[in-house]
Amino acid sequence: MENRSESLKTERNEAWRSDLRKNIKAKDRTSLIRAKMNEVDANVRIKSYVEVNSGLTVEQAQQEAARCIDCANPTCINGCPVEINIPKFVKRIEQGEFLEAARVLKETSTLPAVCGRVCPQEKQCEANCFYTQKLKKEPVAIGYLERFAADYERESGQMSVPETATSNNIKIGVIGSGPAGLTFAGEMAKKGYSITVFEALHEIGGVLKYGIPEFRLPNDIVDVEIDNLRKMGVQFETNFVVGKTVSFDDLKEEGYKAFFAGSGAGLPRFMGIPGENYIGIQSSNEYLTRINLMHAAEQDTDTPVVSGKNVMVIGGGNTAMDSVRTAKRLGADRAMIVYRRGMDEMPARKEEIHHAIEEGVEFITLANPIEYFADEKGRVNKVKIQKMELGEPDASGRRRPVAIEGSEYLIEVSTVVVSVGVSPNPLIPDSLPELTTTKWGTIEVNEDTLQSSINTVFAGGDIVRGGATVILAMGDGRRAAQSMDNFLKKNEQ
Amino acid sequence: MYKIIEKTFFSENVVKFEIEAPRIAKARRAGHFVIVKIGKKGERFPLTIAGADRVKGTITLVVQKVGVSSRKLTALNVGDHITDLVGPLGQATHIDNKGTVLACGGGVGVAPLLPIVEAYKKAGNRVVTVIAARNKDLIILEDQIREYSDKLVIMTDDGSYGQKGLITDGMEQIIKDEDIAEAMIIGPAVMMKFASLTTKKHNIPTLASLNTIMVDGTGMCGACRITVAGKTKFVCVDGPEFNAHDVDFDEMLLRLGGYKEIEKEAETDYLKQCE
Ligand SMILES: Cc1cc2nc3c(=O)[nH]c(=O)nc-3n(C[C@H](O)[C@H](O)[C@H](O)COP(=O)(O)OP(=O)(O)OC[C@H]3O[C@@H](n4cnc5c(N)ncnc54)[C@H](O)[C@@H]3O)c2cc1C
Ligand SMILES: Cc1cc2nc3c(=O)[nH]c(=O)nc-3n(C[C@H](O)[C@H](O)[C@H](O)COP(=O)(O)OP(=O)(O)OC[C@H]3O[C@@H](n4cnc5c(N)ncnc54)[C@H](O)[C@@H]3O)c2cc1C
Ligand code: SF4
Ligand code: SF4
Ligand code: FES
Repeated sequence: MENRSESLKTERNEAWRSDLRKNIKAKDRTSLIRAKMNEVDANVRIKSYVEVNSGLTVEQAQQEAARCIDCANPTCINGCPVEINIPKFVKRIEQGEFLEAARVLKETSTLPAVCGRVCPQEKQCEANCFYTQKLKKEPVAIGYLERFAADYERESGQMSVPETATSNNIKIGVIGSGPAGLTFAGEMAKKGYSITVFEALHEIGGVLKYGIPEFRLPNDIVDVEIDNLRKMGVQFETNFVVGKTVSFDDLKEEGYKAFFAGSGAGLPRFMGIPGENYIGIQSSNEYLTRINLMHAAEQDTDTPVVSGKNVMVIGGGNTAMDSVRTAKRLGADRAMIVYRRGMDEMPARKEEIHHAIEEGVEFITLANPIEYFADEKGRVNKVKIQKMELGEPDASGRRRPVAIEGSEYLIEVSTVVVSVGVSPNPLIPDSLPELTTTKWGTIEVNEDTLQSSINTVFAGGDIVRGGATVILAMGDGRRAAQSMDNFLKKNEQ
Repeated sequence: MYKIIEKTFFSENVVKFEIEAPRIAKARRAGHFVIVKIGKKGERFPLTIAGADRVKGTITLVVQKVGVSSRKLTALNVGDHITDLVGPLGQATHIDNKGTVLACGGGVGVAPLLPIVEAYKKAGNRVVTVIAARNKDLIILEDQIREYSDKLVIMTDDGSYGQKGLITDGMEQIIKDEDIAEAMIIGPAVMMKFASLTTKKHNIPTLASLNTIMVDGTGMCGACRITVAGKTKFVCVDGPEFNAHDVDFDEMLLRLGGYKEIEKEAETDYLKQCE
């Protein structure tokens, strides 16, 4: 920690930074108004999958960067799970050195263009910004700026491919190509390891591809990052289920020395209420996979999707927002969220809720489905909803929803999307009986090193945390790479 | 990878493929399936691994043309490549020596039945098999099945081959003569429903291999879910075999129809394109 604050201080004292600080008085900086993200109009965007946020212009970005007062004690960094040197990249933007800004991001983050788009910034870096904390003003738009720098670099065609050490010919297997696995792969490739990423699906990217929709995170952006990893020598094997296609023992025989499991929390949960298996009731994973991975909405693809005029999505997280906004784009007249707590308790990002409201999504809060009904063909047509009220806080500190007896009523639906959470993928634990797991089915690891009970298997991301975030998964990938490297070097001696 | 090495027509609508997939050939056991995708824009659909040659590194798939995807696959020829092929998926069959076993296959269900019959035989069972189809042309794999069966009864709805009658008629005949320790049924959902009722009546422990709609095949989507003994199960990871007497076949039948109209339209379009 000491070292970090020392190096932050040294960097802050570099001439270019001090000069920039002197250019504009702090008072003038704080009176600037936060940049507004440019967006495609709600009525236009719901007719396509165009990305909703279109990014900041160069002028907007430089002005926003000027708001940052380059604090001596940059508390924002404490809010970032991968500790991006925020004032340093922001000041590079103010200075107009956008490629330099991108380079700063890449010191700690493998996928800045992704995080700039999907990180819950308002709860992380921006919540810890001096503006939020002390000035009670809107924080510096760190996420927008991160996206700006990463996009600028990509569009400039001058993307830097990180340097890799000379190959040490040590084979490492990565299970799963979500943000945890991709980050781990990149970090290990830099250190000279021979990395192969195994992915069960036919596409690389994990949730970034099959879950988060195009209108929030275009696939092209993820593909560019994957291409970069390829340029660094990372190998990818799709259609490859570790534990099924081959066993760990086979892989060891093929020369793999250690593994990183980033297999995610991809299993959908259902509520177990009557009628839940009627036709037209699907998990958000199924709904989003059909659209995002299989492109079911495109005319010339073979995968079908059912999405009717009245679509009800159960849940209040990011996945629920992505589903309901997808339903709008598929032509739903009524796209509804049914959530058992209130608007303020919803776990989805504020920006997503706001966008959903703009797009005409209806929010039915303090409500819970308790039974489904179907027509003679078994197709769902009505949902029985029970009203809820908020009672005493529960273990999570949130007020517990309590059912109001006798408050039930029916809502007509043509499709229901159940989005009430996910469970850890059991494939890896099932194929490694010696692996210790928690009672929730997540892989148990040493908190610092991310090493599991099998010393050559490290793990991170959702398979360790349950459903978490992209940036936490990336942070894990990075940390696991460092500690696996230490472990292997120590073993060699 | 996934190159087609051999293609054989069992009938106009049923094709056997041998496909290069050395890793899957090595790992697969009876009861496993793969998910196949043809072309960049194809859909993912499941097919049972009907056999494998570990030395050649190939697997055998038997596919019946029923819609767009199965037609796209059967249109491929020796030397062509399958875009995506993943597996082996699902739980393998648990096969022991039970004594006498009854194997029942309806329609294209005979293809996934073949490796199971083979495994039963190799485990030392006396294997009695009934295969059934609407008519003579739809009876497949007769010779291969016969090779591993101590007795084979063939039923057709119209009597154009074997005996005239439903699969359940053939089952009743056998149950009368044999002391069956276990039954295995694979076929269209309606057939499995009634076959299951038949063995239930005679108190014969029975397994059914279910062919629900699937997307990923790895437990990620829930499209394949069904109710078994009152609990929701995912066929792709918990199955595809379940205790037949616990399966809610009526629900399964409804769910299989979920995409029928869309699929039918797609098939009509596809066939128009092919002309
Ligand atoms: C719809 C949706 C929206 C979200 N929105 C946000 C958001 O806005 N912001 C945010 O920060 N987070 C969001 N999240 C959460 C975030 O996406 C996850 O926390 C993150 O992707 C976890 O990364 P991961 O690398 O651990 O696993 P995943 O991204 O889940 O990737 C795991 C991969 O492993 C593969 N795999 C599993 N088992 C095997 C095996 N045995 N062999 C080979 N491959 C295997 C899977 O197929 C999958 O591709 C969202 C999640 C969803 C579903
Ligand atoms: C575990 C498993 C193993 C299977 N093994 C084989 C196999 O070895 N050989 C083989 O030919 N098929 C097998 N199937 C069925 C096969 O997956 C489907 O026939 C295929 O998906 C149809 O795709 P399609 O696009 O050609 O037809 P679609 O357009 O999807 O369907 C055409 C018609 O068939 C009906 N249909 C679709 N899927 C099914 C299904 N799963 N069961 C019954 N009817 C259906 C539809 O309702 C429609 O009327 C298996 C299925 C499962 C789940
Ligand atoms: S990675 Fe996320 S938390 Fe870190 S600075 Fe970027 S937006 Fe903020
Ligand atoms: S806390 Fe806010 S103002 Fe201070 S350095 Fe960080 S972003 Fe800039
Ligand atoms: S096919 Fe998706 S969970 Fe079984």
